[in-house]
Amino acid sequence: MSTTTVSPPVPGTATPATVAPTRRLVGLLVAALLTGTALLATWALTLGDYPIGLAGAARAVVGAGPQADLLVIQQWRLPRVLAALLAGAAFAAAGALLQSLLRNPLASPDVIGINMGATVAAVASIVLGVPGLFVPGGALLGAVAAALLLAVLGWRGGIGADRLVLIGIAVQAGLYAMKTFLLLRWPDDVVQQAVMWTIGTLYNRTWSEVAVAAGALAVLLPAALLLLRALGVLDLGDDLATGLGLRVRLTRAGILAVAVAFAAVAVALAGPLPFVALAVPFLARLIAGPLSPATLLLAVVLGAALLLAADVVAQHALPTALPAGVVTASVGAPLFFWLLWRHHRREA
Amino acid sequence: MTELTGRDLTLAYDGRVVVDGVDVDLPTGRFTVIVGPNACGKSTLLRGLVRLLAPTRGAVLLDGTDISRVPTREVARRIGLLPQSPAVPAGLTVEALVRRGRFPHQGLLRGWTRADQEAVDRALDRAGIVALRSREVDELSGGQRQRAWIALTLAQETPLLLLDEPTTYLDIRHQFDVLDLVAGLVHEGRTAVAVLHDLNQACRYADQLVVMRAGRVVAAGPPAGVLTADLVTDVFDLPCDLIPDPVTGTPLVVPHDRRPQRRPVPEPAGTSTH
Repeated sequence: MSTTTVSPPVPGTATPATVAPTRRLVGLLVAALLTGTALLATWALTLGDYPIGLAGAARAVVGAGPQADLLVIQQWRLPRVLAALLAGAAFAAAGALLQSLLRNPLASPDVIGINMGATVAAVASIVLGVPGLFVPGGALLGAVAAALLLAVLGWRGGIGADRLVLIGIAVQAGLYAMKTFLLLRWPDDVVQQAVMWTIGTLYNRTWSEVAVAAGALAVLLPAALLLLRALGVLDLGDDLATGLGLRVRLTRAGILAVAVAFAAVAVALAGPLPFVALAVPFLARLIAGPLSPATLLLAVVLGAALLLAADVVAQHALPTALPAGVVTASVGAPLFFWLLWRHHRREA
Repeated sequence: MTELTGRDLTLAYDGRVVVDGVDVDLPTGRFTVIVGPNACGKSTLLRGLVRLLAPTRGAVLLDGTDISRVPTREVARRIGLLPQSPAVPAGLTVEALVRRGRFPHQGLLRGWTRADQEAVDRALDRAGIVALRSREVDELSGGQRQRAWIALTLAQETPLLLLDEPTTYLDIRHQFDVLDLVAGLVHEGRTAVAVLHDLNQACRYADQLVVMRAGRVVAAGPPAGVLTADLVTDVFDLPCDLIPDPVTGTPLVVPHDRRPQRRPVPEPAGTSTH
């Protein structure tokens, strides 16, 4: 029980601190974020060693202008911008679903071993000399394999929420040891590329990778929105959810599968970028309340915007270009501390 | 009319039999209260009756059909369940909670309908918490919160309502508030089944009392006809007398005095009353 004193409600007045913002407010915020993200994305296309103005970049996007512009924009900068948007959205969706499903704000693919599964598979592919084209596929399989391991270990009597988080942390530790072993076992020049991958980078994304991710999100996002109602019922506890006619185990497995698919798509596209999946849904819930279609959409848009911003900073704002993962980690960690601190202060 | 019965119902946890070959009828339009000492299997019986626990022997029949063969959503349109202390999702408003009671009536793609909203409004009104609809559940008092949960099961609009210890953790006034609410629903024609701890409340409110001990039903019927001093002494291991409740005339349990013999307290000087 909380020890706070709650003053009796005054009839006819809403207590502003407790009333969740209306959907309209969240809608406006999403619209503003989308506009801002579109502007940022356009601006990002003009940044880099090869100078292109806004007009030139816009022309090149639709396929007009000098050959060099077309190459720089269409083959290098546009796929990278799109990859940042898609990976950010997918990480945020994965985190939002996992945190709600496991009723734990710390549950996210970078905490419960899913990103680490992808990392081990990608590092193994790179050091074993698998062509670079297949590394994202390997990462995707690694993420799914880690999730399956998690499900098998956590299965006894259905997947219990608390067990899964703890088992995930153990899986994460085991996979981390495997990754370290792989990195120490192979010579430095081979390992260099693998290390870059493990930090998370959007460097050198191809159209085919972007297209696969976009196609996956086009299926996964509607699926997630359809499952939200069931997730809300599941949130009431297994007994009441069963009483309301929900097939609890099937639903939990389905939501877990969609969340893992989001994470796998994101990590295959951008590597195991830390903190996006952890902090963005937390921020979205602070603004828009418990997971609802509005909260999920806000998280997805926020994730896309923040990862694009992080990548722009990583590429252009610093003396040397860095992988985006360095920026998400160094911005994400303090941000997350601040969110936790605010959250606790509000509760106290 | 929806009818729920247990036939030779045997329920076990990990091979340990908790409810052993119970036959139970839950008369429609009546309030059935299940009582018994701790660990007698009364909550387990309730869980078995709403298919939260599959029987190891026997069956639960919903309108004559084995409940395990009825699609779970269809069961949820006929039986509402309020479990013991359900989880409270953080930051959820009362209305958002009660809306979830409409889940068994909604399809995967069907949106929120006027009928859904009307059911939610009726449930909030019936539970007396219309004024609380935009408050967050986790900041309500215990009594208000229990009403919110009951409103959720009311929004489910089921002819049958099963409640597992709905008065636990409530103060005496809120206990009676909840029981009055359930009695009102029964008066309107619904069937209610509750597990209660307080025998006197059970006798006052129940149309049918089901007394359990060690996984078996030892007596069932109207409280006045079923409950005797010998039965309570025997089942609860508590020597007692029964007197008529001065308000309702239903049995009232008065345990025998088992306190150690006390020395007479000397009366303080000058405080004697006339």
